[in-house]
Amino acid sequence: MNKKISILGKTYQFNSLKEIMAKANEEKSGDQLAKIAANDVSERIAAKYLLSETRLCDMRENPLLSPEEDEVTKLIESDLDESEYNKIKNWTLSELREYLLSREVDGETMLKVGRGLTSEMIAGVTKLMTNLDLIQAASKIRVITTCNASMGQNGVLAGRAQPNHPSDSLQGIRASLYEALSYGIGDAVIGINPVIDTSSSVKEILLMTKEVMNTWNIPTQNCVLAHVTTQMKAIQQGAPADLIFQSLAGTEKANDAFGINIELLDEANELIYKEGTATGPNRWYFETGQGSELSSESHHDIDQVTLEARCYGLARHYKPFMVNTVVGFIGPEYLYDSKQVTRAGLEDHFMAKLHGLPMGVDVCYTNHMKADQNDMDNLAVLLASAGVNFLIGVPMADDCMLNYQSTSYHDIATLRELLHLSPAPAFERWLEDIGLMENGKLTKRAGDPTFFLSQRGVH
Amino acid sequence: MIELTDNKLALEQLIQSTPARIGVGCSGTRPKTEIMLKLRMDHAMAVDSVYGDIPKAFFEEFHFPIVQTPCQSKEMYLKRPDLGRKLTSEGESFIREHCKKKPQVQIVISNGLSSKAIESNIRDVYPALLDSLESYGLSSGTTFYVQNGRVACMDVIGEILEPDVLVMLIGERPGLVSADSMSAYMCYKPRIGTIESNRNVISNIHRGGTQPIEAGAQIGAVLRAMLDQKTSGTRLVI
Repeated sequence: MNKKISILGKTYQFNSLKEIMAKANEEKSGDQLAKIAANDVSERIAAKYLLSETRLCDMRENPLLSPEEDEVTKLIESDLDESEYNKIKNWTLSELREYLLSREVDGETMLKVGRGLTSEMIAGVTKLMTNLDLIQAASKIRVITTCNASMGQNGVLAGRAQPNHPSDSLQGIRASLYEALSYGIGDAVIGINPVIDTSSSVKEILLMTKEVMNTWNIPTQNCVLAHVTTQMKAIQQGAPADLIFQSLAGTEKANDAFGINIELLDEANELIYKEGTATGPNRWYFETGQGSELSSESHHDIDQVTLEARCYGLARHYKPFMVNTVVGFIGPEYLYDSKQVTRAGLEDHFMAKLHGLPMGVDVCYTNHMKADQNDMDNLAVLLASAGVNFLIGVPMADDCMLNYQSTSYHDIATLRELLHLSPAPAFERWLEDIGLMENGKLTKRAGDPTFFLSQRGVH
Repeated sequence: MIELTDNKLALEQLIQSTPARIGVGCSGTRPKTEIMLKLRMDHAMAVDSVYGDIPKAFFEEFHFPIVQTPCQSKEMYLKRPDLGRKLTSEGESFIREHCKKKPQVQIVISNGLSSKAIESNIRDVYPALLDSLESYGLSSGTTFYVQNGRVACMDVIGEILEPDVLVMLIGERPGLVSADSMSAYMCYKPRIGTIESNRNVISNIHRGGTQPIEAGAQIGAVLRAMLDQKTSGTRLVI
């Protein structure tokens, strides 16, 4: 493959595909921190030119991290659909980009092609796309998954209710959950990040959320986002978990820092199918986010977009119900400002969809990042336009436990009205039944958490 | 406009059960004006704390010498945590020449991610810490301030001044609830290569958390324990 190019009288020479991939990235503070970013804007575009000429088979033959060295690479390799790959292996990334964007190629076809692409190839084509390319291409793909209820259908925008509490007070979590439900949020999952990572505490939260679901016949699923081993213990102790959760990274070494490996994920997978309470086939919830590999110094000098794509290569092995990137959580040394967070959010959403994943995004920021709530408003509109499966709902966008800001219950309700989107079908019917929605709109009772006190057990 | 429930008492009970911003109501699907502005103000306090500087009057009051890291700007500080762990060569020479060598206790102060944390807590924590050291019979070296420091610049300072124990009072990443929270990181014989698990920390020091005056005494007790046990971090028994 070609590593040298002359444009407008200037010659750009690169040493490896790894270097071209890194330098072709849009500007990210994390790549700069890793000292692998392009030195200036024209070098970045030169790298994109070279990447656009790179053939898919060149990428497969030059893995950035060898399967012998890394179990994530090995898994992605062995999961690849060889017959799909063989049909397109001589395409360049430029041809792949134009194919994905062409009007004749629909979402179903894109998903089929996606099975023949490694995560590196998907990251590669992403680097050639503009923000609007990423929105347009992703919007064609629908990934419908089913845990207890289904989501991901055309015209559906689901929301995770994230009613966290700084000391895991069951009463406080319940109150915040009532608020979420009253805005029509909670169709993706009722998911709590616990402060206390013990199996007994996790079990209590799962029991409480299950009780609310049963009392009100809510067609959704519950999850407590403790470390996977803690959830496994809780499930073995009889906790009612519909989904099992884990954060993923894109290299074996970085997953090691998370205290996980493929063997452990396989074990958890077996457990959730055997002892989980869900009725449907998709039982995993994964979270990811650009930069986590560098933060544990397990990035092997690979750029953060490519590493993020590899998380999706790992995730798709487990046919998850839901995946989301926590895009702005990691901090300004990886994604400095709203421009970088916006780009990363759109990249992650597109890359995951092309991997065939039911992708949501935690549109978020921390207080030391150059971003504010207006930036989150913007990114949420872009992602909802791109067909994102779900967003995160937090009271007034302020997570009082994790100390960051995301999107609010109000925001998800607003995006649905604005872009004519609906909650997941079964959940919408439930909202209509209990009187919180009427003809696809929230009613006057919406936004009142006491709704779930005063009419308790009627339905 | 959607009005909230008549059941005010029940609503109040729900609101009281969590610091989350619930029961806030809406107009259409958007939040009411006052609660929207409250969120913006809380965020504004946090941002101003990250980007703001400690006022000159503070240094006129305390006379702490100021030492720099290579992070000339806030942007560089936020983007390059590795540089916040170093001192400039001028900074290194300054402390080598002007600070007491091999002190029992070295105190270092840094704005870190919140200048407000230093501004609002040092007045209480610092004298209380000095009192506490005295009551434990400990002596301290020359206290100085590091502009734009990270926790691990303790190691560089330890390498130069060779204190028995070092405590760094540093501004935490501001939350929406508190923009002026400070941490005290402590380490027995910090040197280059010290691993994180060898440090101890008292965090959440502000008026709504660990009381600043009490924090001074707590820090003194931890430092005394480090000197007695000649270790710190996970191996320290407190």
